Amino acid sequence: MQTPDQPVARIENVSHTYKDVRALDGVSLDIPAGRMVGVLGPDGVGKSTLFGLIAGARKLQTGHLEVLGADMASARERMRVGPRIAYMPQGLGKNLYQELSIAENLDFFGKLFGQNTAERKARVDRLTKATGLNPFLGRPAGKLSGGMKQKLGLCCALIHDPDLLILDEPTTGVDPLSRRQFWELIAAIRAERPGMSVLVSTAYMDEAEAFDWLVAMDGGRVLATGTPAELKSRTKSKDIETAFVRLMPDATAGGKGRLRIPPFKERDGEPAIVANGLTRRFGDFTAVDEVSFEIQRGEIFGFLGSNGCGKTTTMKMLTGLLPASAGEAFLFGKPADANDLETRKRVGFMSQSFSLYGELTVAQNLKLHARLFHLEPERADQRIDELVDRFGLRQDMDALAEALPLGMRQRLSLAVAIIHEPEMLILDEPTSGVDPLARDEFWELLIALSREEGVTIFISTHFMNEAMRCDRISLMHAGKVLVYDTPKDLIRKSKVANLEEAFIGYIEGAMGDDAQTETDALTVLRDAPDQPSTDQEQMEVGRWTFRPGRALAFSYREMMEVLRDPVRLAFAFVGTMVLLLIMAFGISQDVDDLTFAALDLDQTPASRDYLRNYSGSRYFIEKPEIRSKDELERRLKSGDVTLAIEIPPGFGRNLARSANPQISAWIDGANTMRAATIEGYVAGGHNRFLSDVARATGLDAEAGRHAVIEPRYRYNPSFESIYAMGPSIQAMLLLLFPAILMAVSVAREKEIGTITNFYVTPTSRLEFLLGKQMPYIAIGMVNFVMLTLLIVFALQVPLKGSFMTLTLGAFLYLAASTGYGLLISTLTKSQVAAVFAAAILSLLPTIQFSGMIQPVSTLEGGARIMGTLWPTTYYMHLSVGAFTKGLGFRELIPDLIALAAFIPVFTAAAVALLRKQEP
Amino acid sequence: MRTWSNIFWLGTKELRSVFRDVIMVALIVWSFSFSITERSRGIGETVNNASIAFVDEDHSALSAKLRNAFYPPFFKVPEVIKPSEVDHAMDQSRYIFVVVIPPNFEADVRRNRQPTIQLNIDATAVNQASIGAQYIQNILTDEVNHFARRSDIETVEPVGLVIRRAFNPNGTQAWFTAIVSMLDQLSLLTILLTGAALIREREHGTIEHLLVMPLTSFQIAMSKVWANGLVILVAFVLSMNLVVAGMLDVPIAGSRLLLLSGTVIYLFAAAAIGIFLGTIARTMAQFALLLLMIIMPMMMLSGGISPIESQPEIVQPFTWLLPSRHYMAFAQAIVFRGADLEIVWPDLVRIAGLGAVFFTLSLMLFRRSISVSR
Repeated sequence: MQTPDQPVARIENVSHTYKDVRALDGVSLDIPAGRMVGVLGPDGVGKSTLFGLIAGARKLQTGHLEVLGADMASARERMRVGPRIAYMPQGLGKNLYQELSIAENLDFFGKLFGQNTAERKARVDRLTKATGLNPFLGRPAGKLSGGMKQKLGLCCALIHDPDLLILDEPTTGVDPLSRRQFWELIAAIRAERPGMSVLVSTAYMDEAEAFDWLVAMDGGRVLATGTPAELKSRTKSKDIETAFVRLMPDATAGGKGRLRIPPFKERDGEPAIVANGLTRRFGDFTAVDEVSFEIQRGEIFGFLGSNGCGKTTTMKMLTGLLPASAGEAFLFGKPADANDLETRKRVGFMSQSFSLYGELTVAQNLKLHARLFHLEPERADQRIDELVDRFGLRQDMDALAEALPLGMRQRLSLAVAIIHEPEMLILDEPTSGVDPLARDEFWELLIALSREEGVTIFISTHFMNEAMRCDRISLMHAGKVLVYDTPKDLIRKSKVANLEEAFIGYIEGAMGDDAQTETDALTVLRDAPDQPSTDQEQMEVGRWTFRPGRALAFSYREMMEVLRDPVRLAFAFVGTMVLLLIMAFGISQDVDDLTFAALDLDQTPASRDYLRNYSGSRYFIEKPEIRSKDELERRLKSGDVTLAIEIPPGFGRNLARSANPQISAWIDGANTMRAATIEGYVAGGHNRFLSDVARATGLDAEAGRHAVIEPRYRYNPSFESIYAMGPSIQAMLLLLFPAILMAVSVAREKEIGTITNFYVTPTSRLEFLLGKQMPYIAIGMVNFVMLTLLIVFALQVPLKGSFMTLTLGAFLYLAASTGYGLLISTLTKSQVAAVFAAAILSLLPTIQFSGMIQPVSTLEGGARIMGTLWPTTYYMHLSVGAFTKGLGFRELIPDLIALAAFIPVFTAAAVALLRKQEP
Repeated sequence: MRTWSNIFWLGTKELRSVFRDVIMVALIVWSFSFSITERSRGIGETVNNASIAFVDEDHSALSAKLRNAFYPPFFKVPEVIKPSEVDHAMDQSRYIFVVVIPPNFEADVRRNRQPTIQLNIDATAVNQASIGAQYIQNILTDEVNHFARRSDIETVEPVGLVIRRAFNPNGTQAWFTAIVSMLDQLSLLTILLTGAALIREREHGTIEHLLVMPLTSFQIAMSKVWANGLVILVAFVLSMNLVVAGMLDVPIAGSRLLLLSGTVIYLFAAAAIGIFLGTIARTMAQFALLLLMIIMPMMMLSGGISPIESQPEIVQPFTWLLPSRHYMAFAQAIVFRGADLEIVWPDLVRIAGLGAVFFTLSLMLFRRSISVSR
């Protein structure tokens, strides 16, 4: 354990850059140990980057960073110290697995730290009792409220008794009651483990008052450090928020006074928005429960509540994005209707997540929306000009929207939302994550819109000081509107000091006894005996370390997730079976039912005899006779016939005279493969005629031959393509489906953010990859058995060879194909890219170069190389061998070896390319 | 008028998105160049490089002559193996064909005893096996006859047969493969690009933003169709001129303008399928699986790998629903047969009709799919 006077983290001149954005700019800082240290600052100032670096989740670029005495640039030291750090990333439940229950989530983290079943059970029990989550152990994390998610995240972080707890904005978007409980919980834990250092960031300045030591950051630099009291006295401010604003480098920042809001004057006329018993259910979950309110024209109406309480859903129903399950909503006296384009023109909307096009510049975004709202070109230019000045966007006109700081982006969003001068604005948490200064500027714009232009504003927020600026607010919790009134009246009626207290009072009232049990639970923690800490040695991890327990923890978790997405499984299983049936029957290389027609210019019995050799054949379907050379050309051209036989005039006479008449056969040569087959058929038909002629003249045609060639069609005497197609298509399906499923899986974790758990827990790359791979191999094996049964029973292709060998081959093959998926997945950042790359790169070699259409040995150049270096080639060979050739283990050894050789190659490449840290 | 202006402006945004995505552009370039050339050049002539072995129990001048009749590029240089090796070698797929020449073969031919040559064919390599077997039989018969008569004089058959291949007189396989692989890439990339554009927009939440503006689902869907279709169309034109006609020397018999117009119709249909899949799939993973389910039959059952008329009756109605099948017929007719509008219009009507069906279906599902996704 650290001695209190030694810093828990020593940061020296650390900088961090993403592409061309500088997130951290030469930060030097010593973070004292054993204290609750708060890092303050708006979004995008580098807080999260700094935390990621300290947690070891991000790769250190420049500078020196020592955490708990370990140099974080060294992989070995990082691995050594990793288990003593716990990291909870920003975002509600960001590192939780939404499909898994509370108990399963906690169990998973316990397994990663090598805890045995008994220990895990004891720890889970104690933590969930302390946090009041115990009654909900079986509930999926995705269905928890924001506050509960954060508590669960905290439990997951605390499961291994860390010495340093890093919490990145743990209370953003959480209702005030849960927020208060969360801090009480942290206090209780610190009381129990006084040696533990806590590093926390927050956007709520009032929370910062309670921290031991503060770091104020802006623009990737540290502005100031010290205790809250020190900071306040240094800036001569009454509260931290003011202190922070005064610390900002811009001199103008401090100069601005408080916002002034002219009083709201009630207008005549019908209300702008009326909601009447609005209800929305998702399955058995009621997101919005009988919500009713009225909003007057020109009013600023605040919608207050935590994340997930139904604010966004209500707004979506008002805009017509979501149909209501029950109740009704009226905008300007007309029912909210998704198809009512006229009403939509009168409304501006700004959604919670940034909803502009990041890949467009500021000017392009504005122009696009002006066009979409059909502003006259001159009017549009004028309006854009006006807005750009008013919103201070002038100098950023050519910057990409995604490159703007959050505050600027929100201003751009608002500009876009009002470009068509709407009468009503619906804004869903527009200021979330924006720094206090930018928030005030944003509000200035809103107030001007409301008071000067009479725009009705319906805004949701979780900032109490913003709520105070609204004319009226409604408090929403768990899908219900608890109360709505002016902020002042709410405070007065609840007889409390501020809005937050009033809100907490209402929530407690709504929850009844539940709230009480949670606070009681805190005592559990204090009484609990100290647990023996897990063996440190066991947690040391290198790149190639492999502990089956940890890998299995990943497998189990992945399996649970897949099983809870039955649609994916159904697509995989039913999809492959349907495809097998359609394609095995459909791809028939038995060329028959070819259309042919004759141009018989002779019309004698002899010419009709000749043609009978074709019309009687099972390969040909006769079409109406051709009458002229022109017609022959035209019908070949139109694809009406693929073969035309031209019999010259005088054919019969010349034949009788032995004058050697010539027959012409015209074949549609567009499809070369088919043309070659037809050539063979034509030659066969012609020869039959010749033998008949010879026989008629008393000669035995057979006697004229000098040798007999006896073809033996081995393995497939009836020469039906299904015997080759069935097994070949199985080979294709067992590559493509598992590879795509696998490719999405790692990319998905990267996109959602759960990959952080791999970064910060003592999990080796091999454990992570193999752990994720195993369930997909298992799914593939089930699929293999299903397809094999289908081939044998539905396609009637008997399995003549060794089933055991085929199974072994399938196992190796699936390990290779999922390995390919893993490789693609480690290379790509998003699911889209993973799908694109996995599909485009694998379809060609799998379908074309693996021997289904042409044996690999007959290919040339790049195709040959790709075919040789692709696992499908060997499994297809093995599968056809086992099914149709009736081969056993000994004969198939070369294929098995080739398949096995792919596994380490793909896996090694994936391990080498997978990063254990974020760049 | 407003509708079309909206569609136009939304589409320009799509175009910007595509060109900002470097990986996407790289994959499109790869698909329309390298993967077409490799496939066309890689899969050689109808019978190409076929592996063949001889079991020569005769060791005569004639048997050596027979062996020498097989040479590249159609066949590999024949190898001589022992009789005991035949089964094992064929099991291992070392040879597609094994010719067994019996003892005393040459002597028997001289004495007119009609000795038997055995031709073993690996019938699991269906395509090569059937065409190759015919070639081999013809070559062997010619050589033996020639030897027996000891002259180059052809016996005159009572009726002569002249086989002419229309549209591709030399039977150059690469022509056909080039067109087929072009169509495969066209289908794959159009569906992928359009579907992914929709899903990505939904995942980023920007689709909701569009839906609260005075825009209809039709406008949103249509803008994706034209913009992504245009990207692929440009790739198609470049690839057709530079790669297919340029590098691979495929002559285009018919009107290029007609080919282009037909392709535009097909791109609409393929993009409509992309949008349709995008509205059904909830997640990218589901979209990927759906894509496989639709693209594999499109690639394999549209007539590029096996002729449509050879498909069994049960499968044909399914493949009729694939716009790619009709487009394949259309493209072949234009490129090889030089067909004109009078001939191909039914195909175009079918493609457009199927496209309209998929497009209408996706519009019906559009809003619903957004609202369920929360």
